[in-house]
Amino acid sequence: MTLCLSMRRRFFSMASSIAFATLLAAVMLANSQSARAIPAFARKYGMPCSACHEAWPKLNNFGQTFKDNGYQLGNDRDAPIFQQPAYWPIALRITPHWHRESTSATDITNPATGLTTEGQLTTHGFDLTGLDILTAGTLAKNISFLLVPSADNTGAFHFESANVRFDNLLHTTWLNVKVGKFELDNIVSEKRILTLSGQGGFYQGYHFQPVTENGLYTFGIGDNQLGAEVSGHSRNDYTRYSAALLSSNDGNVGLPNGHGYDTFLTISQAFQAGSLGLQRVGAFAYIGRAPTYFTLTANSTAVADGLGQKSFTRFGAYGLWYYKKLDFTTMYIHGSDSAFLGTNTPSYADLPVGARKPTWNVGTIETHYTWSPQLILINRYELVRMSQQALPDLAGNLGDVDVLTFGYRYYPFISSRAGFAFHNEYSILRQRGTSPINGLDVTSSSLFLGFDFIF
Amino acid sequence: MRANKLGLNWIYLAAAALLALPSLAAAQQDPNSQQGSAQPATQPAPAQQAAAAPAPAAAMHGPVRQESHIGKLTGHSETGRKLYFRFCWGCHGFHGDGNGENAPYLNILPRNFVAATFKCRSTPTGTLPTDQDLYNSLGRGLNNSNMPSWISLTDQQRVDMVAFIKTFSPRWQNEKSGDPINVPAEPTLTVESIKHGQELFQKLECWKCHGQEGRGDGPSASTLTDSNDQPIRPYNFAAGSRFKCGVTNRDLYKIFITGLDGTPMPSFADVVKPDEAWDLVHYLRTLQVNKKSPELALWMSTKDGAAIVSAQKISGTPTGAGINQ
Repeated sequence: MTLCLSMRRRFFSMASSIAFATLLAAVMLANSQSARAIPAFARKYGMPCSACHEAWPKLNNFGQTFKDNGYQLGNDRDAPIFQQPAYWPIALRITPHWHRESTSATDITNPATGLTTEGQLTTHGFDLTGLDILTAGTLAKNISFLLVPSADNTGAFHFESANVRFDNLLHTTWLNVKVGKFELDNIVSEKRILTLSGQGGFYQGYHFQPVTENGLYTFGIGDNQLGAEVSGHSRNDYTRYSAALLSSNDGNVGLPNGHGYDTFLTISQAFQAGSLGLQRVGAFAYIGRAPTYFTLTANSTAVADGLGQKSFTRFGAYGLWYYKKLDFTTMYIHGSDSAFLGTNTPSYADLPVGARKPTWNVGTIETHYTWSPQLILINRYELVRMSQQALPDLAGNLGDVDVLTFGYRYYPFISSRAGFAFHNEYSILRQRGTSPINGLDVTSSSLFLGFDFIF
Repeated sequence: MRANKLGLNWIYLAAAALLALPSLAAAQQDPNSQQGSAQPATQPAPAQQAAAAPAPAAAMHGPVRQESHIGKLTGHSETGRKLYFRFCWGCHGFHGDGNGENAPYLNILPRNFVAATFKCRSTPTGTLPTDQDLYNSLGRGLNNSNMPSWISLTDQQRVDMVAFIKTFSPRWQNEKSGDPINVPAEPTLTVESIKHGQELFQKLECWKCHGQEGRGDGPSASTLTDSNDQPIRPYNFAAGSRFKCGVTNRDLYKIFITGLDGTPMPSFADVVKPDEAWDLVHYLRTLQVNKKSPELALWMSTKDGAAIVSAQKISGTPTGAGINQ
């Protein structure tokens, strides 16, 4: 019992720290959110943004088909040889904005007294998102590429995407191979998400990990991953599949986890519903492994390998439901981690008494009202519910999340040269029992007023 | 508690901002009122062309509504209008006259719906196409132009777009679509049929534009212009595997008989008999040396045919159409 209480306190303290770190990471993640909308394509083909995007960056089925064809329209004008020499396949995106971030319970240390108390922290001001440099297109017919050097809002660069794709192998749309770093084949795409704020700029279900995990392993379906993907689709893109073999590094370069491979599988089917529009249902599965401890090099300055790998899984199903101008995206995800990952226990050690694999369920409903190609209203509600904690004496709802996000994007003009949007959004998140000192619920909110532009 | 109050206040603010937008957007979403007026300022050249072009039917006759019918589906122009101003206006223009903001950069100009002259039809030359013809063009796209396949849209969306396209020209109010031509069953493929097609190719002087080897490099090729006085290249059989108006032998047959209105390719309906048109189809397939076909295989099984095909070593043209890209 003493062990359990001690363990519980340790988890509470750890969970609190992790919760705050997660919130900060979420803010940073959203502020450096790399999103895909590529006016270089609009310039290449002379099409308005609205041809491929319901409201950029969210793709419609025509845009999805174009992407799945390897950035080709299939009219024998795709290869670079047919482009004017002055054409340069580069687009830049950044979003100057004002935002307000508030968290109800943060541990704040008074420098005068040295006392740490729990209190509300609110910051606001003008800011920048990260910068995306999007270069994409075809190297030759049926060989396409995507390269996205991306900077966070301090200017530090990394490669968000870098891949080559061999399209229409064996003269069929059912066989394409992509190698490099890429977004997983998510129809509900976080890279084309319509929300940008600190709390609402990503899908909880794609990133959620139980608060009992200490960050040794981080993973997000929304993160771009390194690996190879085989995919295919029908000519109209109504039927799609993909299977990817990925390094177990969550997209980080340099093999930080040493070795290990994950698998991601998707399938989806669209169907027509008369004047209502195109509906789509799909499912995905991510089966991964992550290390429970690391070996270091001889001088203990660098990680040599990630060992004691244990499994984790994410299974999901989604639907895109259109009712003329109104559409709903519904998504369900079930997550499960090994008990070793859930309790931060190296595989060579004994599990804590009663330890078990943490499991959880995520529900998402996102509603859009596309007033016209120039205005889209957005609302999203997500909830995460732990169905099994890693330790039996933890509160059943510890770490549960509710997030409400709503806003709009207004495009004052639509052209085939550039994109510009007024983006206003509010998001509020509540997580159960994760305040750093008292273990109370934490409420965080983001208000985001910005100008999203891409050229 | 304080946090909740603050949160609610921000919710109210955001909701108020949300409610304020629709009125602004309503003023923006009518492309005729906003984007239409912006167009001449940013694209003076096309705007000048638009001024010289016939006024759209909607402008001449007030709001025009059209329907289209494909199988059991009925398209409505009001619905198609919204789709047009999402997908099509960049090339075809706000008034459907082919003067979209990208028109100056396209070397096959976008279709001018006001003129209502269409290449791909099943109807006799000079007549309006059927709804099915327009629907097929939307789904297939037009190869070697910037017009992509819109097959990823729903059937209903394409039918609605066809209905809206028909609002641009008064012809759709005053004329009926032509009657689709009869395409007789394809006769059995024989070497004689191919050879007869080869003779017709000479007799009808197809080679003057398409070249003796079908590479689109005949003596007249460089002089050809379309109905917009824009230079136009004859089809390069040696390089292409798809035709502008389809991929099947029936599609090729229809091209002979209906012609490609708006281009120098005439209708041969009064010149060739159905059997002769099929012979031409069989011969032209042998010019497509990059595409496996029964016609090419049969032709290559003959001494003459094999010699001709093996001589087709250079299949490209200066336009790049034949380069393996």
